[in-house]
Amino acid sequence: MIRVLLTLALGLTLAAPARAAVEIQEVTSPGGITAWLVEERAIPFTALEIRFSGGGSLDREGKRGAVNLMTATIEEGAGDLDAQGFAAARDGLAASFRFNANRDAISVSSRFLSENRDEAVALLRSALTEPRFDQSAIDRVRAQVLSNIRSDEGDLNALAARNFRALAFENHPYGSSIDGTLASVAELTRDDIVTAFGDTIARDRVFVGVAGDISAEELGPLLDDLLGGLPATGAPLPDPAEVQLTGGVSIVDQDTPQSVAMFGHEGIDRHDPEFFPAFLANEIFGGSGRQSRLSYEVRETRGLTYGIGAYLATYDLANLVIGQVASSNDRMAEAIEVTRAEWAKIADAGVTEAELAEAKTYLTGSYPLRFGSNAGIARILVGMQQDDLSTDYVNTRNNKVNAVTLEEIRAVVKRLYRPEALRFVVVGRPEGLENVN
Amino acid sequence: MRLAPLALVAALSLAPAARAADNVSTFTLDNGMEAVVIEDHRAPVVVHMVWYRVGSADEPPGRSGIAHFLEHLMFKATDELVSGELSNTVAANGGSDNAFTSFDYTAYFQRIAADRLDLVMGMEASRMDGLALVEEDIVTERDVVIEERAQRTDSDPGALFNEQLNAALYLNHPYNRPIIGWKHEAHTLSLEDAEAFYAAHYGPNNAILVVAGDVDPAEVQALAEKHYGPIPPNPAIVPRNRPSEPPQLAERRLSYKDARIGNDYVTRTYLAPERDPGNQRSAAALTMLAAVLGGSSTNSVLARKLQFENPVSVYTSAWYRGGSLDDGAFGLVIVPAPGVELEEAERLLDGAVAEFIEEGVDPKQLARIKMNLRADQIYARDNISSLANRYGRALAVGLSVEDVTAWPDLLQAVTEEDILAAAKTYLDRTSAVTGLARADREVTQ
Repeated sequence: MIRVLLTLALGLTLAAPARAAVEIQEVTSPGGITAWLVEERAIPFTALEIRFSGGGSLDREGKRGAVNLMTATIEEGAGDLDAQGFAAARDGLAASFRFNANRDAISVSSRFLSENRDEAVALLRSALTEPRFDQSAIDRVRAQVLSNIRSDEGDLNALAARNFRALAFENHPYGSSIDGTLASVAELTRDDIVTAFGDTIARDRVFVGVAGDISAEELGPLLDDLLGGLPATGAPLPDPAEVQLTGGVSIVDQDTPQSVAMFGHEGIDRHDPEFFPAFLANEIFGGSGRQSRLSYEVRETRGLTYGIGAYLATYDLANLVIGQVASSNDRMAEAIEVTRAEWAKIADAGVTEAELAEAKTYLTGSYPLRFGSNAGIARILVGMQQDDLSTDYVNTRNNKVNAVTLEEIRAVVKRLYRPEALRFVVVGRPEGLENVN
Repeated sequence: MRLAPLALVAALSLAPAARAADNVSTFTLDNGMEAVVIEDHRAPVVVHMVWYRVGSADEPPGRSGIAHFLEHLMFKATDELVSGELSNTVAANGGSDNAFTSFDYTAYFQRIAADRLDLVMGMEASRMDGLALVEEDIVTERDVVIEERAQRTDSDPGALFNEQLNAALYLNHPYNRPIIGWKHEAHTLSLEDAEAFYAAHYGPNNAILVVAGDVDPAEVQALAEKHYGPIPPNPAIVPRNRPSEPPQLAERRLSYKDARIGNDYVTRTYLAPERDPGNQRSAAALTMLAAVLGGSSTNSVLARKLQFENPVSVYTSAWYRGGSLDDGAFGLVIVPAPGVELEEAERLLDGAVAEFIEEGVDPKQLARIKMNLRADQIYARDNISSLANRYGRALAVGLSVEDVTAWPDLLQAVTEEDILAAAKTYLDRTSAVTGLARADREVTQ
């Protein structure tokens, strides 16, 4: 009985028309700052997401960790307010500002109530345009950053990422953690922090996404008010990073019952004409939305792990196909063997008609579900701008997914999955595995 | 159009749903299954959850981890679905699904386009009384769970120490066992254990349905009648009556060494009352005490005293766990600055709390905390999954929808006197566990 219903619903799914996810307005302020807006009046607050491209990769020579420490200290006092005064003002408005740096950007995720929007925006502006960087604040936040770095030294995932990065991107900022090292962070001065601020926070690299209780007419002046006072330009963006991975296995010894492996090689650019076929191929191979081949073979069939996946990492300055798995020391060798075999299999034979059809219904059906919250929408709007997409992309994206053919996938998998180039970095004491270069 | 039978069934719906608060309504099926519907019409999305009033604290002795293991097995075959079909069907429709287990509850959920509610409800109903396990499922999935424990717990010194601290906090109550199970017992869990646990605890009379999103409550009720209504109550289900704590007379202190620890730290965890139906005032005071002591990394009492005025720590926090069926807990944490010994850090932490009790609550800080709690009522509406969780969790531990809707006002009503009284009453070291965690990096020459 239930089975019949399921089949019916599935059949209809494939025929269901794509529904526009949201209506995006492009807003340009009187001062010339552009933002994307989704007006949503149901809840009296606004989510505002700002990103400055460059991020941690703009650390100057010998100053690793400066951008990260600067970002973590922006909110620790601005204008007339010291760190505690600033926090009290922000909490008194029930606003929230979160500053975060990664290898490609500094992001500012904020939300504020409609009832005190002007005050909240004024406070955020003071953090972005007149941060104090008091020595006491720098030293306090530095101690927290150093404690994070110490924690990462015993963390398997952090160790795997650090070693993988170092192999992939030697002599490029991508090759090391944006947190810096115990030694580099200890030596950062207030001047270094001020320099990092000037290098990264500027109008020539800013993207803004807004969702919530605000109109285009209200947003224009707000943008000028908030960002108009920033310097026009920052430091030049870094050069692309060459992926230097070679096929093999690198073991990082760590006394622990379970090993963690990070694996991958060079990937594909977001603007490559074959990106969509690659995206669907990888959804089938290692995606997290539906049961992927990797998950089926390594977890479901053999019970070798709690989770495995692979994804297309499209950074601003490099592209990777990258995956991760954790497995007990006595079982990691088998997990790697199966992963390698699957890598070769998809390169060789592509995917099946049924797999492609399932991946399409998943990806097209899940796309509108991404637009469920103001905070989430604001983040997506910024991501779309960073990827140089148009506001109409939300309406055309599912057509691009549906247009991918089996032949296009067969063509792209040969260049996307290269078993001979696959590098595994394994942290732990895996049995029956040796370093292979 | 797509789900034509829906309108027909809706026309037959029974008593109108009761409204408890803005956008929240409830109903109960004849077989005892309770339901909460939360409306949010911004996007064509629905979150569908079924919560069972059973968790790791309901496991038989020696079978720790069976509640969570069964949660994994619930994705295998049922009388109507083949193994993995539920998740595959959800994914084929663009949705996502998962489940989680806690001390007091086990919950299963899907997030999917709102017009697919009929579909997911049908499948969820199928595993309420039709799970059809086979031996092959057990062996592979037990390996998966052992790997999960290795990943979450055995690879994380903080998680390992928490297990030990928790075991010491509860002398008699089964909260002293880890949810994922002790490792040596996880290896022994069998098909019979899973089937027995399922038979004893699963059924509509032990379940709560929560549906949140772009839905009409009357239609949800009609679908619930259609899919869950025909399932008979499980007569094996009895009220939960677990072993309770004896008077705790002796302070406990645990010392843990692990080379993987990056920063030495001290924890203090006190036994504390939980939110009780119709009686949440102590819990409200403890919630505000945690916010005043440790809710902000800049302006809370511990941060002010131990990071700003006297910078002896890099991190402090205070927390309260009150959303449980039985005794909850209140905790303090300090990560000392380099060069400050753990014993000294503990003394400074206790000193800061003692000073706070003498000095009282800063009225401006209390006003800011209350302002943020009022704003949370607005911000919370942005995330229907977390709203659905809030109601599901509360009902699963015996609270009512009225208790949930009363909670924000109870927090606003908490006074300085209430907060100080809670601190004096519950921060009692005879019913607490203190933990000192150190990296043990001495190298033998």
